[in-house]
Amino acid sequence: MNDRVSKEMLAGIVHSAIKRGATDAEAIAVESTEFSVEVRLGEVEKLQEAASRGIGLRVLHAGRQASASTSDLSREAIEELVSTAIEMARLTSVDDAANLPARDDLAKEVPELELSDPEIMALTTERRIEMARSCEDAARSFDVRITNSEGGACSTVISRIALVSSAGFEGDYQSTVCGLVAAPIASEGDRMQVGYWGDRQRLLKSLDAPDVIGREAARRAIRKLGGRKAATTEVPIVFESSAAEDLLGDFFEAVDGTSIFRRASFLVGQLGEQIAAPNLTIIDDGLMKSALGSRPFDGEGLASRRTVVVENGILKSYLLNTYTASKLGLRSTGNASRGLTGAPIVGPSNFFIVPGVYSPDEIIGSVKNGFYVTEMIGFGFNAVTGDYSRGASGWWIEDGKLSFPVEEVTIAGNLRDMLHGIELIGNDLRFRSRIAAPTIKVNRMMVSGN
Amino acid sequence: MIDPIRFFTDKFNITDAQIESLLGTALSKGGAYADLYFEYTVLNSLGLEEQIIKSANRAVRQGVGVRVVSGERTGFAYCDEIEIDSIRKAALTAAHIADSPVEVGPVSVTPGRPELDLYPVSQSLHETSLEWKIERLQRVDKTARAVDPRIREVQTSIADEYKIILIATSEGVLIGDVQPLARMRVMCIADDDGNLQSGVSGGGGRVGVEFYTDKMIDHYANEASRQAIVQLEATDAPAGTMEVVLGPGWPGILLHEAVGHGLEADFNRKGTSAFAGLVGQRVASELCTVVDEGTIPNRRGSLNIDDEGNQTSRTVLIENGILRGYLQDKLSSRLTGAKLTGNGRRESYRHMPMPRMTNTYMLGGESTPEEIIRSVKRGLYAVQFGGGQVDITNGKFVFSASEAYLIEDGKITAPVKGATLIGNGPNSLTKVTAVANDLALDEGVGTCGKDGQSVPVGVGMPTIRIAEMTVGGTK
Repeated sequence: MNDRVSKEMLAGIVHSAIKRGATDAEAIAVESTEFSVEVRLGEVEKLQEAASRGIGLRVLHAGRQASASTSDLSREAIEELVSTAIEMARLTSVDDAANLPARDDLAKEVPELELSDPEIMALTTERRIEMARSCEDAARSFDVRITNSEGGACSTVISRIALVSSAGFEGDYQSTVCGLVAAPIASEGDRMQVGYWGDRQRLLKSLDAPDVIGREAARRAIRKLGGRKAATTEVPIVFESSAAEDLLGDFFEAVDGTSIFRRASFLVGQLGEQIAAPNLTIIDDGLMKSALGSRPFDGEGLASRRTVVVENGILKSYLLNTYTASKLGLRSTGNASRGLTGAPIVGPSNFFIVPGVYSPDEIIGSVKNGFYVTEMIGFGFNAVTGDYSRGASGWWIEDGKLSFPVEEVTIAGNLRDMLHGIELIGNDLRFRSRIAAPTIKVNRMMVSGN
Repeated sequence: MIDPIRFFTDKFNITDAQIESLLGTALSKGGAYADLYFEYTVLNSLGLEEQIIKSANRAVRQGVGVRVVSGERTGFAYCDEIEIDSIRKAALTAAHIADSPVEVGPVSVTPGRPELDLYPVSQSLHETSLEWKIERLQRVDKTARAVDPRIREVQTSIADEYKIILIATSEGVLIGDVQPLARMRVMCIADDDGNLQSGVSGGGGRVGVEFYTDKMIDHYANEASRQAIVQLEATDAPAGTMEVVLGPGWPGILLHEAVGHGLEADFNRKGTSAFAGLVGQRVASELCTVVDEGTIPNRRGSLNIDDEGNQTSRTVLIENGILRGYLQDKLSSRLTGAKLTGNGRRESYRHMPMPRMTNTYMLGGESTPEEIIRSVKRGLYAVQFGGGQVDITNGKFVFSASEAYLIEDGKITAPVKGATLIGNGPNSLTKVTAVANDLALDEGVGTCGKDGQSVPVGVGMPTIRIAEMTVGGTK
């Protein structure tokens, strides 16, 4: 990789934008080095390695906002970046809420969150191949019914983000991620099922071992074999941890400040109200050590923090950046998230459901007749109304026991009712991405099948 | 018209001789095939919300991807600098997928041009003034609000992309293309005393400014408003297996999910698709003929050449119900000996090509839409959809209706809330019992995701009747 983009270079860009008439400016640089290895049926299938960089600039011009970005860092390209952004900002409308954060709100220091792992940076190609291969091997040797494979993959990303704004912020940090996945295929007769499982962590020592991931992937493929439709009926639903994460991801949209100021969420006007069962607490925490969603400051330079979103079922806070906070007359929660282009959006840091005391087995055991959902597909959530309808597969539960595998059904309800209907929360919280949830049980939803 | 070869020579001083030498470097460890993909893309977007122009963004994306193939192995590297030393470094990195170093000199290439010219535009949106775009967005806002006083908010955006690519391969090809792309989107929120509903519309393609006429703009605005207003009256969607009629156009997303992905050659070569080994067998009723056609002028999924430099084509996937073939990229075609179909696509120079759809649609039949509706005693009539998804290994797919109605005794009756429909790819089309004569392609809004890569695609379908499908409502 060439020399890294310095904070001085970004400060120069900000300065240049101000000199040309911008009221405020904010520049970001994202640099990353990626390696990935894919192994299939024991053989290396793909090797990828690349370094990339880009710079983004957001300018405000008397209340008008515009942004530009480039992956060309030549002097001329940077010149053009600044002039393009300023030119565009002359033509957008005055938007009173579009401002950089107040100087007093900016992060004063960059806390050490241990986001970068020298061990990940030191991984050799041979070692990555070895990890991907043993992950796939463990999956393939798990059971004779594992007959094929989409492969095993190991990828690492080392990235650095630098942010400089005319509000008086300058900061940068480096982070690493290592991901390992396996996707074995189980078959029985002419029917096949893929089991997909993996782990992603900032520190190599936190990553599940390759054989643990491989075996879990194989177990997930095999347990789908022989699936059939269930009858159409309304029953209690148990969401396995990974499916509950999916659900929580949809919930995020409903507390995202952007949906709130647009009045495009069923949770508009519900602050302080009981929106869920009293056992539910949801937190967004940007300060957890070495977690995937942690960052010392957000996309506008505000200090990361821990925000209680739902406490004992009561909606305590939306998640906000400077813009949405201003629209709503609230304070930012430090959830600005930005890429190279565009104004910051609102994004989760580490967004999770606080675990309960029940083991997944106890939760399944509490259901007389219901559906254990292990996977969902599709995009059937409407944040405006809360209406929820997704494709699902998993196991039917009879008398507290897993009875037969189910596929090709949908589950439907309204998230408003589902939140109130959360009966039990599991103790099995594990962070595999920025959004994490334990097993949860919802009192009833419509299962549509035969 | 820009000549892509000249463009990269003039702007970045990259000569044919350098390209030939870079290909030699890429093969220097014994690779069997190598290609270079040069890209320079300008992306613009402009957004209106709360009746003001809130966002204006411009991004320039440029770089080179280098791929080296050795047997079933692929090495890939890219760089952001279009500059000889950086590209050579990437070529050496990718070269290491092979491990028997050989002496390779420059690989000679012959400059060529695409035979197709599917998207001549008088003026591309990327070089159109912001003022023109602002006026278009303001017209959307005004028209949409005029539909009904209950339309409380309108969000609309216009996004365009102007991509110049150049592909050089160790088979001696040097070919480029200039690919414009534009999309307009309108979202309306209706508010009837606290009952909030939304509607979405829009369209575009590989088109220029002439596409976005007043008539087209008004159509998008009216359509998004109409959907939001209709939803105000929607009752709970039904649950269970029932007869389903899909309207023309965008509901063709059914084909994209139910069969399209499952027919991409990579999954079939590996035997991981539910359609693997079914060529020549019946996978749909004889009323169904499904094609993937990258050569339709100005469509969002169309391309003069694919991202591996091959001409796009019309591929019959299913003919009168019989599975005919797969969508190929170069790697799958080399490994299986199948004929290229021009479906090797990639999101950008930072991504490896793989088999992808272009415009996927079902040919029209002989029924009329009215006949089809009249024939249904109790069922669902779905006309607008959000996204869909498929598990290609077990074939299960979903797509989510955003505008649907009950059919009762041959008549379209009450609108129902959005619901997900689920089916099984290899047999869902066997249940198609009627195909109408009203084939329509979608309006040009589709984006397909696979393996983390997004590419623009089109879909299309006439009105069809499916004997049974599972509808994910609540009632």
